[in-house]
Amino acid sequence: MDFALSDEQEAVREAIARICTRFDDKYWHDRDQTGGFPHELHQAMAEGGWLGICMPTDYGGAGLGITEAAIMMQAIAESGAGMSGASAIHMNIFGLNPVVVFGTEEQKARMLPPLIAGREKACFAVTEPNTGLDTTRLRTRAERRGDRYVVNGQKVWISTAQVAEKMLLLARTTPLDQVRKRTEGLSLFYTTIDRARVEAREIPKMGRKAVDSNQVFFDNFEVPVEDRIGEEGRGFEYILHGMNPERILIAAEAVGLGRVALARATQYAKERVVFERPIGQNQAIQHPLAEAWMQLEAAQLMVMNAAWRYDRGLSCGAQANASKYLAAEAGFFACQQAVMTHGGFGYAKEYHVERYLREIMIPRLTPVSPQLILCFIAERVLGLPKSY
Amino acid sequence: MKILVPVKRVVDYNVKVRVKSDGTGVETAGVKMSMNPFDEIAVEEAVRLKEKGVATEIIAVSMGVAQCGETIRTALAMGADRGILVETDADLQPLAVAKMLKVLVDREQPTLVVMGKQAIDDDMNATGQMLAALLGWAQGTFASKVAIEGDKATVTREIDGGLETVALKLPAVVTTDLRLNEPRYASLPNIMKARKKPIETIKPADLGVDPAPRLTVIKVAEPPKRQAGKKVGSVAELVAKLKTEAKVI
Ligand SMILES: Cc1cc2nc3c(=O)[nH]c(=O)nc-3n(C[C@H](O)[C@H](O)[C@H](O)COP(=O)(O)OP(=O)(O)OC[C@H]3O[C@@H](n4cnc5c(N)ncnc54)[C@H](O)[C@@H]3O)c2cc1C
Repeated sequence: MDFALSDEQEAVREAIARICTRFDDKYWHDRDQTGGFPHELHQAMAEGGWLGICMPTDYGGAGLGITEAAIMMQAIAESGAGMSGASAIHMNIFGLNPVVVFGTEEQKARMLPPLIAGREKACFAVTEPNTGLDTTRLRTRAERRGDRYVVNGQKVWISTAQVAEKMLLLARTTPLDQVRKRTEGLSLFYTTIDRARVEAREIPKMGRKAVDSNQVFFDNFEVPVEDRIGEEGRGFEYILHGMNPERILIAAEAVGLGRVALARATQYAKERVVFERPIGQNQAIQHPLAEAWMQLEAAQLMVMNAAWRYDRGLSCGAQANASKYLAAEAGFFACQQAVMTHGGFGYAKEYHVERYLREIMIPRLTPVSPQLILCFIAERVLGLPKSY
Repeated sequence: MKILVPVKRVVDYNVKVRVKSDGTGVETAGVKMSMNPFDEIAVEEAVRLKEKGVATEIIAVSMGVAQCGETIRTALAMGADRGILVETDADLQPLAVAKMLKVLVDREQPTLVVMGKQAIDDDMNATGQMLAALLGWAQGTFASKVAIEGDKATVTREIDGGLETVALKLPAVVTTDLRLNEPRYASLPNIMKARKKPIETIKPADLGVDPAPRLTVIKVAEPPKRQAGKKVGSVAELVAKLKTEAKVI
């Protein structure tokens, strides 16, 4: 067992941290105030070849694993960019995994290089307003008409739909009452967003103002057959494939954000003098910070364990889900404690920690809720009856 | 034209350096180490010369513990072509480094050695000058601009009170100042390529140099802590304090 990062992984961490120094606290503070996608960060990552970190080398990627991608995403969040920085590229790092695994050669050659080069951005459209976590009941319909599909329906929370050129879309191609299993009859598409037929309405939200999330409406949106990934009706199976890595990445981001919050809190605790002593000399201040450190480190081990398993082709569902749960909760604890450590100043935007607290809610809530992770572990790991 | 770029592994410039409790040096255990920032500028300059078609090959050299290999890897990821690691646990001082570099220069026959003007750990500012002297080469130190034309290098130097431009006949040693360039970030494809670039590992004995230190460090101490400033309520109080406490008026 070796817990150390390899030289190459260190190099990844280092290089990303350096790029991120160009995007300082003020940059993210301003993005949080006024919004506006962090195009400069996305561009910097594209120029450095980073968007292709775990894409196949044949298409311009670096062919590294989810471990390296997790290290990269963590370094972005940890730089103080938080979820505003991480979410700006998250989808482009691993979102197209179904294309890599199930796409044809022609599709890969057409779809991957522009994404890796940063010429195109992708969004991921699964969640629907009336189905929630019960994904297989989603209602957006894609009906085959000759050499195209016609899509009608509605999605919600679709991040980056304002700025993306492309969409990875899960829609029902066979109505629910005509399939044997609910997991069947869904199909996956990777296609160009036709703004005349697809309307994205931004949702005002708690944090991460820079990276939009949207209600999306499809009105006879036409998708060419050649944009369907894999076989018709097997889309759900395909997206499951990308779910574990996605959880690992968001978990890594949550630990990163927790770490920068903890670092700020620790620094403040050393400097702020009240009652003629640094507040950090009081155990009531020290202990929660020590606890935050331990929780983050423990979560990090699970993140790396899950990533390691994924990269070796071992089953990693339990670890990936557990890592996302543990990391989000540890990150939340750290961010909350960072605000509390700052006292009243923690509530001022100037100290950045309130922004972290608003952003750390995202990995807690998505892409799957903590409750559903507990359901999954209870059922699949402990063998208890399925509860939902 | 070949360029040789020596790169040193030092405590990262972001780290708050702490003196060892026994006063023998600074704490390096568990401390983040990186390439000396001036050496990064040197690598960048060499890579730019290669991109302009002036240089054909860049050799990065580092001397010290095995981990200096990582520093060479960083140089390779920035665009150097191959590396030489002179591995030793000895405490290396400028003269020993300059002597070893001289042997490497004799062996590799570069036209230009580009190196940092000093390393941020001991701030000696000596190795480049010593190397030029040992080789009998021209030197352009504290460079803020370097232009190569034929067998001539024009180097703009940052000196007290302004800039000085010198013309050097190649081969020459150039040492870099902060404003020479802004080093690039290693891109992912280049980090991947760097893994496949060769690093040759040798020992000081292979170069016929005894790297034993000639200087003895007697003591390393932290600078005295700065006292916190005081806020005064009035001009009268300020004047009083300047008289009685600061004793400057
Ligand atoms: C900032 C942000 C960005 C997002 N980006 C995207 C995106 O890019 N693409 C995309 O497709 N989606 C995106 N989402 C959507 C996200 O994946 C969903 O919000 C998430 O999957 C939860 O679905 P829901 O909101 O409908 O919750 P619901 O399914 O309505 O659940 C509500 C609550 O009930 C609980 N619950 C429901 N059923 C059970 C049960 N049986 N047992 C116990 N508890 C239960 C849940 O755990 C949750 O706490 C994003 C969400 C946010 C907040």
